Amino acid sequence: MSKPIELTIDGRKVVAEEGETILKAAKKNGIYVPTLCYLEGVSSFGGCRLCMVEIKGSPRLFASCITPVAEGMEVLTDSERLRRYRKWAVELLLAERPHVCSVCVANGSCELQQLATELGVDHLRVDREWTDYEVDLTHERFAYDPNRCILCTRCIRVCDEVEGVHTLDLMLRGKNSKVVFDLDENWGFSQSCTSCGKCSAACPVGALYVKGKPLSEVKKKDLVSFIMERRSGK
Amino acid sequence: MPDSGAARTGLKNDRRLQMLEATIKQHQYSKDALLEILHTAQELYGYLDRDLLLHVSRQLRLPPSQVYGVATFYNLFKLKKPGTHVVTVCMGTACYVKGAEDIVSAVEREFNVIRGGTTGDGRLSLFVTRCIGACAMAPNAIVDGETVGKATVENVLKRVKAVLEAEMVEAR
Repeated sequence: MSKPIELTIDGRKVVAEEGETILKAAKKNGIYVPTLCYLEGVSSFGGCRLCMVEIKGSPRLFASCITPVAEGMEVLTDSERLRRYRKWAVELLLAERPHVCSVCVANGSCELQQLATELGVDHLRVDREWTDYEVDLTHERFAYDPNRCILCTRCIRVCDEVEGVHTLDLMLRGKNSKVVFDLDENWGFSQSCTSCGKCSAACPVGALYVKGKPLSEVKKKDLVSFIMERRSGK
Repeated sequence: MPDSGAARTGLKNDRRLQMLEATIKQHQYSKDALLEILHTAQELYGYLDRDLLLHVSRQLRLPPSQVYGVATFYNLFKLKKPGTHVVTVCMGTACYVKGAEDIVSAVEREFNVIRGGTTGDGRLSLFVTRCIGACAMAPNAIVDGETVGKATVENVLKRVKAVLEAEMVEAR
């Protein structure tokens, strides 16, 4: 048993285990922190910057999904400043590709949409980028629309860490990045893909989805964390 | 004979492949040596095509997507066959301010080639690059490995025409 650590989150005294992240400690105690690229059951990399928190004594903001707890830490998960930064993060994600909710399969069950609503994003303060990627419909059961992708890499981590195949990866860099199958193959022709569908279950938006159904009809909630929990024998 | 994986990926079992294999063995098939091995592969073959990337991924037991991701992440790796002659124009801040864009568009117009691409006959490629570290000589262009400092539209076009013509003379 590892050493218990005491810290304060939003003025509440909480106890966490050594090595745990701030996010996990907050979740265990019912404190809500918005997340996007974080997915229970796979590794975290602190990419989306939505789970940022303030820690007393530092002017920096910390991504709570990758920051381990420390004794006596005083964490703030909600403040004017944090909300301002989070709002920007969502706006920039929305501006990066043409996210048009009205024609998206994920409309109504999209995590990005949910966050935008929560944070009160009603318009964008930057110009939108109208990317024109080809939609990949070659797979029998799944479809992939890079124009809706937010590059959270959840699908990549799930494919690598849960399914153990690593069919997906990112090509290029920065905003030009794109999730690809094998050597930028069409999905239907990928030799390594096992068609397990975990990537589409992990997708927070409508980039990877099951053909022919709106996302709200496809039960997928927490599939990955369920699998990981079963595997760990809990 | 040990399985070189060549038959499966359609690579010809020639001297280049043997050199590549030697390098891979030198690194003891270590996954961490991917960058070094891709460097060697590009040096040997000139560019990294599909078969080559697949071969490397099989030899190192790495997922193809990961190899592809690394190869596309770094600008230095070429995934398409470059032309016989290569013009690279520096688009670093200093060169850009000094008019590198004019040079690039002039080359594009004159030789009917798009930046990052190759002419239809495969004789000339045009690339743009980040700062090459010769800002004092801005704008800079590199024609077949030779740097043209304080470049103008005229002298770059002249230089490119010269290397293209030199090849024609050799061919005769």
